[in-house]
Amino acid sequence: MKKIEGKTKAHMTVTINDEAAEVSFAPYKTLLEVLREDMGLMGTKHGCELGECGACAVLLDGEPVLSCLILGVECDGRDITTVEGLQRDGRLHPLQEAFADLGGAQCGYCTPAILVTAKALLEKVANPSREQIREALSGVLCRCTGYQQIFESVEEAMVRMKSGSAQPEEAKR
Amino acid sequence: MSADSRKFSVIGVPRRRVDGRAKVTGQTRFADDVVLPRMLYCKLLRSPHPHARIKNIDTSRARAHEGVHLVLTGADLPIEFGILPVSQDEQPLCSDVVRYVGDPVAAVIAKDELTAFDALHLIDVQYEVLRTYSEPQESLDHPEPRIQDYGEEGNIHKRVSFSFGDAEAGFDEADEIFEDMFFYEGNTHLAIEQHASVAAVDPDGKLTLWSSTQTPHYVHRALAQVLEIPAAHIRVIACPNGGGFGGKSDIFNHEMVVARAALVLDRPVKICLTREEVFYAHRGRHPVLMRFKTGTKKDGTITGMKLDTLVDGGAYGSYGVASVLYTGALQTVTYHIPRYQFQGCRVFTNKPPCGPKRGHGTPQPRFGQEIQLDRIAERLAIDPAELRLKIVEKPNSLTANYLRIGTIGLGKCIQSVVKHSGWKDKYRKLPQGKGVGLACGSYLTGAGLAIYWNKMPHSGVQLRLDRSGEVTVFCGAIEIGQGSDDVLVGVVAEVLGIDPHDVRCVTGDTALTPVDLGSYSSRVTLMMGNAAIQAAERAKDLVGSAVAAELDVSQSNLVFAGRRVFDGRDPKKGMDWRNAVCLAEARHGTLGTVGSYTPPKSAARFGGGGVGPSPAYSYTAAVVEVEVDSVTGWIGVPRVWIAHDIGRALNPVLVRGQVEGSVYMGLGEALMEEQAYRRLPAKHSNALVHKFPSILEYKSPTSHDMPEVITELIEDPDPAGPFGAKEVGQGPLLPIMPAVANAVYDAIGVRIDEVPITPDKIVKALDDKARGGPGRYGPNVFPDIDWPEPLQVPPPWEGGDGKAINKPERKRAAKLARGS
Repeated sequence: MKKIEGKTKAHMTVTINDEAAEVSFAPYKTLLEVLREDMGLMGTKHGCELGECGACAVLLDGEPVLSCLILGVECDGRDITTVEGLQRDGRLHPLQEAFADLGGAQCGYCTPAILVTAKALLEKVANPSREQIREALSGVLCRCTGYQQIFESVEEAMVRMKSGSAQPEEAKR
Repeated sequence: MSADSRKFSVIGVPRRRVDGRAKVTGQTRFADDVVLPRMLYCKLLRSPHPHARIKNIDTSRARAHEGVHLVLTGADLPIEFGILPVSQDEQPLCSDVVRYVGDPVAAVIAKDELTAFDALHLIDVQYEVLRTYSEPQESLDHPEPRIQDYGEEGNIHKRVSFSFGDAEAGFDEADEIFEDMFFYEGNTHLAIEQHASVAAVDPDGKLTLWSSTQTPHYVHRALAQVLEIPAAHIRVIACPNGGGFGGKSDIFNHEMVVARAALVLDRPVKICLTREEVFYAHRGRHPVLMRFKTGTKKDGTITGMKLDTLVDGGAYGSYGVASVLYTGALQTVTYHIPRYQFQGCRVFTNKPPCGPKRGHGTPQPRFGQEIQLDRIAERLAIDPAELRLKIVEKPNSLTANYLRIGTIGLGKCIQSVVKHSGWKDKYRKLPQGKGVGLACGSYLTGAGLAIYWNKMPHSGVQLRLDRSGEVTVFCGAIEIGQGSDDVLVGVVAEVLGIDPHDVRCVTGDTALTPVDLGSYSSRVTLMMGNAAIQAAERAKDLVGSAVAAELDVSQSNLVFAGRRVFDGRDPKKGMDWRNAVCLAEARHGTLGTVGSYTPPKSAARFGGGGVGPSPAYSYTAAVVEVEVDSVTGWIGVPRVWIAHDIGRALNPVLVRGQVEGSVYMGLGEALMEEQAYRRLPAKHSNALVHKFPSILEYKSPTSHDMPEVITELIEDPDPAGPFGAKEVGQGPLLPIMPAVANAVYDAIGVRIDEVPITPDKIVKALDDKARGGPGRYGPNVFPDIDWPEPLQVPPPWEGGDGKAINKPERKRAAKLARGS
């Protein structure tokens, strides 16, 4: 087998889940592939790698994007949030708490994308209506839940964020 | 036993599922998340032709490509496999004939996916194109060339015919006869997780396969067969599935291929199907053409029913023999049918194989049956809800086709949706363009028979307890999103009086866990749950005997609750759970128990009677409200009311999720989803290809399309279920499609007798009505089929004992005899 000659990898620095990081990767890779294959962040999923299903959504500079449609090299110097970055101080984000409690996650495969998309919505809109939640999440397909428990989870998280009761009760994990 | 009114601390309490935290943090490890050192990547070369003979495969250029480690073809994996023992018709890689666009012919294993993909283009395959069968009619018309070299004859895979009493005599007694045809288009599971598998040789030289599979036990058996190595030297780990819905319950060629490659190379090999390839893997809903003939008295009492189904199987057997039997199995469990005749025929066509999707073979005839009941109600001038209430089957009865029903909450389900939907004020009373429709359904709580003949348990559970107080429960069941881990842990925690968080579970691993047949046929809660209760009760006995001796109290007075074991008459007298386990370990030695579950023996004792029997049946009723635009045909669904007879909800949060998820998937099937095909023009090879091999084109409901769902759970514990629980994963889908069709009729007075019910069909039916026609869109022709002589099985009320009273000549045997 032939030897690899010279440098073939791209190199970039990003802020990933509030931490500065450097990463090398094959320059043709999408952000999705860089996250999963070169940064070990397996929480972001894929269902088509064609921009159809929404399962690979992450936040790029706070905006939900489909990581399968963005090249890794486009992200140099930018701020990326994945599902791994939702926890704070060893605690789940209120959205994570609510999704776990209210059946917002069944198989859990679209859940990371739904969670980061919902986070972006709640940061932009203080009290989104059910219609605004529908609209915000309409780019991520979920085949399990029928969406109703997802909507309810987002609404419950809003309530918990306001009352500051995000901390899990003893019986919940 | 457990179906009582005891107070529970875990069962029935809405709580966070045990794997909830993993799922919301992205830590659930799906098959494609498995990454191993030195791992290589596999890609499959797939046929561009729907039906062709392989004349030659030249892999030399691909093998020479830089970064390629191995190229496999059919010759490397010659042994056939299949999920059913009667249809061992699949090769990991086709060596002689390809049977659909997407059938794999070669595999490249390379340093990365891109290299493997590039090398696929360097494989030269010469094909001789054969006649392509796109529709069942063509397969019936042309016996040669055959798609498969087995089956009954020509391109007919399987024909079945049963007479449970004389349906004709039933029609003679009837006041009214109803004859209707329906067509149910095929559709696919569209689980968001694409199938992935990783194979590796363990340090001790044995094979491990991680896979997105609902049936690791069956994959385990197939690997041993195809690779010709002992099953004891193979370990299959079913990773949690990113949605299954039946789409991962077959054995897949890519699983065999990566296993062989890992053994040859002694390196880990991964494959992850592209979304396009997932459409080729398919095993989805069979397209079914149906003809119903039903006789009724004036009051709606059914006197007899005849059902014929023509089932488009695609290119391989898959679960097909079971699927065709299922199209006729469950008509009798909802309403009393005194005489029932069923004939079914599955044919091969050059399309990806159909298989089990949520409801497996039963949503199609349920669609027809429930629309026909709507027609019956209209002609007899009886409210459709009243009609159904009148003819609901009785609990604890044996049906005409020998299905033993336990509890039946269908009446309560109907009453619930009628009440909550305001049915009586809406049905036939809403303004033009708005309507409501009602339909019902029923489903198995686990298939009564395994897919291969054996006398062993269907589910096994092992418990391990030690002085730390930790309880570990082992079971081969697979978490596919439905919450099987939660049921397992919840049941054990309830019996032992501890918190679910005190129980660790290990599931879906053939090397570590006792066999469970898999996450299909809605069997897991009931079968695994009963096995878990048995194992936990035995553990409770071990711990209880030690505590009773220590405290000098009667063991029968001990209570296990709140992480304590204590005297029920004097609760202060007791100890915490951990100390109780320590005492038990001191008294009995190392602690472990087992439990297992085998379904009761079926009452059906005729050939083909193995499909349909179940320990318990769930029941559902639904009312769907629609708004139909009479110009564009656009259908909106603002609300669905659904009531499901669950027996007992073990975790109501999960149960509601299954009901709503079923409503969602049912609406997709009713309104938009179709696995449809088209022929390319002659200049582009004339191939039969998917109309929609992508998520963008295969329409499924989004968050915008999902209506409000009002769910009611009917809890009437069934003695067969763990704590009385019945299934919920599949049954609630069944009434949705016919309820939509019935609602469309209520709204604008046209009948759409096929799914999906799309705006163009509504416009066509409205046009038909405007021209003075019946205002219907649906099939009008059922092909002539050379049906076999029916198996005569007299129903219980005609003195039958579940056995056939005749021995019909087998078609093929008869043909061979005639030819010789």
